[in-house]
Amino acid sequence: MNDRTQDQILLEVDAISLSFGGVHALTDVSFDIRKGEVRSIIGPNGAGKSSMLNVINGFYHPQQGTITYQGQKRSQMKPHEAARGGIARTFQNIALFRGMSTLDNIMTGRNTQMSKGLFWQALRIGPALREEIENREFVEHVIDFLEIQAIRKTPVGKLPYGLQKRVELGRALAAEPTLLLLDEPMAGMNLEEKEDMSRFILETNEEFGTTIALIEHDMSVVMDISDRVVVLDYGRKIADGTPEEVRANQSVIDAYLGVSHD
Amino acid sequence: MFYRENGQFKSSYRADQAIFPIAQDRWFVIAVVLTAFLAVPPFIDQYWANAVILPFLVYALAGLGLNILTGYCGQVSLGTGGFMAVGAYASFKLVGLFPELNFLIVLLLSGFITAGVGMIFGLPSLRIKGFYLAVATLAAQFFLVWMFNKVGWFYDYSPTGMITVRPIEFFGVLVTGPEAGSAAKYLFTLSIVIVMALAAKNIVRGRIGRAWMAIRDMDIAAELIGIRPLMAKLTAFAVSSFYIGVAGALYFSIYLGAVEPVEAFDINRSFYVLFIIIIGGLGSVLGSFLGAAFIVLVPILLKNVMVGGMGMASGTAGHVEILLMGVLIIFFLIVEPHGLARLWQIAKEKLRLWPFPH
Amino acid sequence: MAFDLFLLEVVISGLMTGVMYALVALGFVLIFKASGIFNFAQGVLALFAALALYDFLSEDGWFFGLFGFTLPVWLAIPATAAIMIFLAWIIERSVLRFLVKQDQIILFMATIGLAFVLEGLGDLLFGSDVKPLNIGIPQGASDWALDTFNLYIEKLEIVAAATAAVLVIILAIFFQKTRIGRALRAVADDHQAALSVGVSLDKIWVIVWSVSGIVALVAGIMWGSKSGVQFSLSLIALKALPVLILGGFTSVPGAIVGGLIIGVGEKVAEVYLGPYVGGALENWFAYMLALAFLLFRPQGLFGERIIERV
Repeated sequence: MNDRTQDQILLEVDAISLSFGGVHALTDVSFDIRKGEVRSIIGPNGAGKSSMLNVINGFYHPQQGTITYQGQKRSQMKPHEAARGGIARTFQNIALFRGMSTLDNIMTGRNTQMSKGLFWQALRIGPALREEIENREFVEHVIDFLEIQAIRKTPVGKLPYGLQKRVELGRALAAEPTLLLLDEPMAGMNLEEKEDMSRFILETNEEFGTTIALIEHDMSVVMDISDRVVVLDYGRKIADGTPEEVRANQSVIDAYLGVSHD
Repeated sequence: MFYRENGQFKSSYRADQAIFPIAQDRWFVIAVVLTAFLAVPPFIDQYWANAVILPFLVYALAGLGLNILTGYCGQVSLGTGGFMAVGAYASFKLVGLFPELNFLIVLLLSGFITAGVGMIFGLPSLRIKGFYLAVATLAAQFFLVWMFNKVGWFYDYSPTGMITVRPIEFFGVLVTGPEAGSAAKYLFTLSIVIVMALAAKNIVRGRIGRAWMAIRDMDIAAELIGIRPLMAKLTAFAVSSFYIGVAGALYFSIYLGAVEPVEAFDINRSFYVLFIIIIGGLGSVLGSFLGAAFIVLVPILLKNVMVGGMGMASGTAGHVEILLMGVLIIFFLIVEPHGLARLWQIAKEKLRLWPFPH
Repeated sequence: MAFDLFLLEVVISGLMTGVMYALVALGFVLIFKASGIFNFAQGVLALFAALALYDFLSEDGWFFGLFGFTLPVWLAIPATAAIMIFLAWIIERSVLRFLVKQDQIILFMATIGLAFVLEGLGDLLFGSDVKPLNIGIPQGASDWALDTFNLYIEKLEIVAAATAAVLVIILAIFFQKTRIGRALRAVADDHQAALSVGVSLDKIWVIVWSVSGIVALVAGIMWGSKSGVQFSLSLIALKALPVLILGGFTSVPGAIVGGLIIGVGEKVAEVYLGPYVGGALENWFAYMLALAFLLFRPQGLFGERIIERV
């Protein structure tokens, strides 16, 4: 956890409601994320956590509510705007590009930073090559940071699950995000892998000041690394505060222990 | 072991990202290219040029174009024939309207015109994908062939409906028409194809190529990391159509010399090129060449074996050919979806380890 | 009055053609609904079925050559159906089972390969000349229609329409009410999930392709009776694509409605717009119509909206 002296709000979602046909994924959810913090979103399965990230990202468009990012308020986000605005994310079910190598996957994360057009690409020699090498250098830093040098040329389809998750994190980091959305980054990992991943997340937060929104099921991880936590259940927010506050909150305990809802 | 990359360490990203990072590969390719340019022309004769080499080059170029769209960007197109027609007719009209124009410029312009048409038919791809898009390209295919058949302006109102190429000189050397020498035709086409293949390879390994592959592999994720699907797909359609258009122009001007739209550019042509990239390898520049070689040579081989060797009627041989093509398509899709190009890679890897099995 | 009558005849003629398209499209829908595969070879299956049927019926076929007699119609049709089932089994064993986890595009291209295999095989086994198919469907114009409404409608087309209607009802019941029908729908949604609840993919696929083969047989009979058994039958497959776009790939009623709309649209466009543009509008009109649909309503009239999840 870092020592925040600024309490600037980076992202605020206000009264977000999202439904698919008759299914209410989110109902009137509001919370904010402060710059530089690690904000966890937790809740039982089906609570709407991924849907919330998808709304922030612009993949889903809420029927009601607003999203305010970096001071700009809007009723829905467009994926492209989110990406250009510095929002990057990882996915619950790993959305890597299977036909490409680790290096190429992470390089796609640099897409928003690269701009040389078709003609220069065809020529390659000159501006396009320079841009390619510059960005390659940045990507190599990310690869060093995540300790995945050995697999940079491997097609990602061949990698074990834990490494794929790391590569996906690399792709997100390559975009130099201001806000990093992580959807269950440690799902399916063993203890060692979880420790590595926690370390990467914390280092990203501390060294680069990246704000992190994290969906995670492992409570010890959540308690350990989060600055604040928001709890969702059946699409509604039921708690919001520091890890200690949330842990002691009765409705949270009920939600997880499965007290029947009326 | 005569093919090792041992000791070849790269000390710069540029070297690491070269097209042929292994020295032996580089030498091999340079040797092939030099042979192609220097050793072939003196020996080339009309039969070889017309039956094998020119169609190989032209189809390799068309395959490259389709591979860009379907292999790299994942957008299925069944309209290749129609787009080749656009290139062919564009070149025909341009030469007719501007006879003084340099032939290379004519070819480039034909490519650009086809790129424009391709983008128009590519607009639906923004909202639809997979075989829905294939249907849109079918619309292009049937409509374009119909148009070139019906609208007299395209074929200069000739009563036969065919277009015939005029003799055109390129810096003083005749490259089209019956009087043109095989060597001239060959060198001209070869140069164009090699330059365009190099350009394609460059594009494909850079930012734009990665964006295409991202869209192909998982377009939702691609959009969420900031790639714009609209731009990427349209660019793929444009570049692909450019290549296919130039291929079509060469197909007409240099290879066939005279065409009639239904026969030369109908849906079978589209399948032909699709088979080239499936067999050769989706998403591979080398694959386009291997597939083209395969598709051009195998029917000739079959015909020689079946009709010449086994005395089969040529109609029957034609049916066997169709059957065999189908079997091969299925075979490659099941066994090696990455086609001959991957088989080639595997062979090279085995060579690296030879005589050890693994 | 005469003008209206002409338009009505054109529309009815279009409807009839539309029914024929719908018959072929039905086969597509079945396979797509149950396996998520767009079977490009559907048209060739219809051709193949018709060729096999002809072989059982005629004296210049293999059957006669082998056994010295031809089959009567009421035996020949089930025999051909058996062949189609056998074919479905072979296809499943040699092609489909190896492509279970692949992308839809790969599967689609495999069916293109399959179409070529069947076409080549059909030509080699049965020859590529046009064969008349006569299974006793009444030919000629319907006197009843002529007398009652002063309309020219062929008896064959009425039979085709009736057959299509019956088929649709049977198939609809099959999918909605039976256990196998439900399993088919599960498989169409998600191969892996269906596997994990114990649905035997191979069996399902053989069933589906068999049913499709039989639908193809019906389509082949209708088309073959109408215009003889010939290669162009396989090209009908291409026409089925616009039908499916309009109707939705997963909808049985959609295939019918789509077929009818395409049939009528084509005919009307050809007759009324054709003269202005030099004719042969039928070559591409259906596709342009489909294209327009794709832009405004990609899931077709009856298809399901796809909700993507990440």
